[in-house]
Amino acid sequence: MNLTLYVWRQKNAQDKGRMEKYDAKNITSHMSFLEMLDVVNEDLIHQNIEPIAFDHDCREGICGTCSLMINGIPHGPQRATTVCQLHMRYFKDGDTIYIEPWRSRAFPIVRDLIVDRSAFDRIMQAGGFISVNTGGVPDANSIPISKKDADTAMDAAACIGCGACVAACPNASAMLFIAAKVSHFASLPQGQIERKERVKKMIAHMDKEGFGNCTNYYECEAACPKEISVKFIAKMNREYFKASLTGR
Amino acid sequence: MKFDAQIPSGPLAEKWDKHRFEMKLVNPSNKRKYKIIIVGTGLAGASAAASFAELGYNVSVFCYQDSPRRAHSIAAQGGINAAKNYQNDGDSIFRLFYDTIKGGDFRSREANVYRLAQVSNNIIDQCVAQGVPFAREYGGTLANRSFGGAQVSRTFYARGQTGQQLLLSAYSALLRQIASGKVKMYPRSEMLDLVVVNDRARGIVVRNLINGKISSHAADAVVLATGGYGNVFYLSTNAKGCNVTAAYRAYKKGAAFANPCYTQIHPTCIPVTGEYQSKLTLMSESLRNDGRIWVPKKKGDTRPPNEIPEDERDYFLERKYPSFGNLAPRDISSRSAKEVCDAGYGVGHYKGKGVYLDLSDAIKRLGVEVIKDRYGNLFDMYERITGDNPYEVPMRIYPASHYTMGGLWVDYNLMSTIPGLFVIGEANFSDHGANRLGASALMQGLADGYFIIPYTIGNYLARSGNSDINADHSEFKASEKTVEEQTKKLLSINGKKTADSFHREFGHIIWEYCGMSRNEAGLKKALEEIPALREEFWNNVKIVGSGSELNQALERAGRVADFLEFGEIMCYDALNRKESCGAHFREEYQTEEGEAKRDDKHYSYVSAWEFNGVGKEPILHKEPLVFENVKLSTRSYK
Ligand SMILES: Cc1cc2nc3c(=O)[nH]c(=O)nc-3n(C[C@H](O)[C@H](O)[C@H](O)COP(=O)(O)OP(=O)(O)OC[C@H]3O[C@@H](n4cnc5c(N)ncnc54)[C@H](O)[C@@H]3O)c2cc1C
Ligand code: FES
Repeated sequence: MNLTLYVWRQKNAQDKGRMEKYDAKNITSHMSFLEMLDVVNEDLIHQNIEPIAFDHDCREGICGTCSLMINGIPHGPQRATTVCQLHMRYFKDGDTIYIEPWRSRAFPIVRDLIVDRSAFDRIMQAGGFISVNTGGVPDANSIPISKKDADTAMDAAACIGCGACVAACPNASAMLFIAAKVSHFASLPQGQIERKERVKKMIAHMDKEGFGNCTNYYECEAACPKEISVKFIAKMNREYFKASLTGR
Repeated sequence: MKFDAQIPSGPLAEKWDKHRFEMKLVNPSNKRKYKIIIVGTGLAGASAAASFAELGYNVSVFCYQDSPRRAHSIAAQGGINAAKNYQNDGDSIFRLFYDTIKGGDFRSREANVYRLAQVSNNIIDQCVAQGVPFAREYGGTLANRSFGGAQVSRTFYARGQTGQQLLLSAYSALLRQIASGKVKMYPRSEMLDLVVVNDRARGIVVRNLINGKISSHAADAVVLATGGYGNVFYLSTNAKGCNVTAAYRAYKKGAAFANPCYTQIHPTCIPVTGEYQSKLTLMSESLRNDGRIWVPKKKGDTRPPNEIPEDERDYFLERKYPSFGNLAPRDISSRSAKEVCDAGYGVGHYKGKGVYLDLSDAIKRLGVEVIKDRYGNLFDMYERITGDNPYEVPMRIYPASHYTMGGLWVDYNLMSTIPGLFVIGEANFSDHGANRLGASALMQGLADGYFIIPYTIGNYLARSGNSDINADHSEFKASEKTVEEQTKKLLSINGKKTADSFHREFGHIIWEYCGMSRNEAGLKKALEEIPALREEFWNNVKIVGSGSELNQALERAGRVADFLEFGEIMCYDALNRKESCGAHFREEYQTEEGEAKRDDKHYSYVSAWEFNGVGKEPILHKEPLVFENVKLSTRSYK
């Protein structure tokens, strides 16, 4: 199939940026979306045009590096799928596709489709851990954890930190990202000791980074490639409320 | 070059304890005066960085991704081994040790492997304390599954995302130290050279991938945790950025490279669909617990799998290996699949390179819900990529490059042949011999990072003392210059072919002649083709853009340039090893039934190669392997 692409090009953080039109020729339906971009890039190089910069690494939907807005939807049209796993069978000959980077004040553009998501690392630094040092911990089976709690923790922990939730949110809020981490630890006995402090610190840091607040649009859940549920945001709000009431 | 593996004396089970007692300690108040550089934030690098900082060292960490959380360890699916014997099925430290030695086809060091089995249990304790949501039984205890090459159930897992959960916990520990100011993190930074001053590793030269700036960083010790070189084949299950650059440049500075030809081809990957293919996706081997592997008995059978009756299917692993069946080790399973496909029984749209992995019996026996619980995310992934629904149609799989047992040579302390340069995780060669068992790489990465190197590096620092060398030293300047010149040279060629197309071409050569099976004629051919391709690369590669900005094509070209040199050492190693062992299958050396034929008398050694100039045959050093606690046997999985 042949496609028309409109791609965001921006040389660096200072550059203003603009959409450019490219043709994607001889694309097959078995290709992944990123393989389609590879083919376009090879073509551009041969025409002496700088290839389109985009972030990617594992190409199997787990590292959270790939991050494209496709026709206004983070990671594109297929539900629960990162763009590296999106395949061209979801498009048809003659389609026009708009490709843009994540847009959010907290994720400045680095180049073309690449953004700086280090704000997520800094939110995690504020409290996204259990403070144990290496060594001197009890036997792994000494604290039983119900399958239900372990499963809930895992549901939340599945977040890949890609930032699609922020890109999808009209307020550019990072609530789903934080809620996932807070809920993961809050569901486990090991996470109890720092439970209150953690939620307060992470939320305070989110505000500092310039993310917006959650006003229940739930676009984040729809965009999340790992289908992290917004029920975790409700859980985090309860955690936050309790933590604020009882102090530390 | 001197090769002293520094293996402590005494009985196997007491070596590590004894060694820990004999090692020198750094005075706690002095630790902050020592600076350690770690390159890599996978399981090995992140766990080491966090542990060093907790001990009080001054740590700098580098990775090429935008965040340490994205290192390729994140992609491991299946699980992590430990000798906990929670299932009461007869597991023990000795059994895990024995299985690993045997799985590695008796080409690894007893002392290292035994220590790995010993600390395996601490890893699980540590990860649980950090909040890893491992799978649980209804009673609340930890669940286990079995994995290829073992007859006990000792693999811990977090759904199909074990690597992700383990990495995120190590990453959290690392971030806690970044927050406390003890670790300085440099993401989007690629190490392009190792700096050696007076025969000691003193630092690195890196390129900032956003603005292209080259900078030097000095330290008292350097730790490489840069992962494996599986992308030497171009197509592999590794992330696109995985490379040999850091390890290879250390090799060029004098670190010996051990067993480069030991590369693991994983039996259960989604087959290639076309020339544009950019990577291959692994389907966790855990599927082999409940899946049966088959091909049609008739050559070139084009009927859909569901229409092929039971008696017209060849369950070739069950037929050839009745006691291990579908759980035969990776090398055996991969080679068997290649054999049936080469013989014309393969299935699928692209060149008949595929076999069926069929879970329909298990679905019938256990019900869809149980299978969904065990493999749901893998099935979803398969469907996303292929468009087929594995609950209804058997999956198609084919072997792909997955893991590299070879790596920089290290002694028992995980130090390379360059004093002060330590190598951990997949980047070293230490524990898996000629073949790695499933769920053992995560174990090794975390063992190295949490429980081994924090001790051994202390010993090195305590004995060698502080250094007064800083990044202004002439060796650093010289390295920066070399790196800058290479970048300039790459950009100036302005030829006709992209770096990716060279990589693809090169991958074909290595896959063909130094892949799943090798022979003398093929290896010699590769040794002619690789230099020719390298020559062409340096005259005809085309990179657009400059070196002073984010330039992904330039990054790739640098990595391809190193692969193009490294590929030759792989072939020399494979050529030298005139035996078949583990994943190294030399067609000339096989039994009448077509099984690998080891030659313990002549090849019971580690091959450690010393750089001798680009395009020249490297110098071979041999570290003999001594087995005092296991009897060398012929691996048999029949
Ligand atoms: C798809 C897949 C599934 C797997 N499943 C399992 C499993 O179930 N069980 C198991 O035990 N093992 C599994 N493995 C193997 C295991 O995941 C790896 O061997 C292990 O995670 C490697 O960890 P590492 O820390 O050594 O390196 P990696 O995690 O690969 O990390 C390498 C680090 O080095 C950095 N780096 C590399 N080069 C440079 C450079 N030049 N400059 C700066 N930084 C650099 C990277 O940025 C990264 O941070 C799997 C592997 C794959 C590919
Ligand atoms: S590239 Fe890793 S999730 Fe897409």
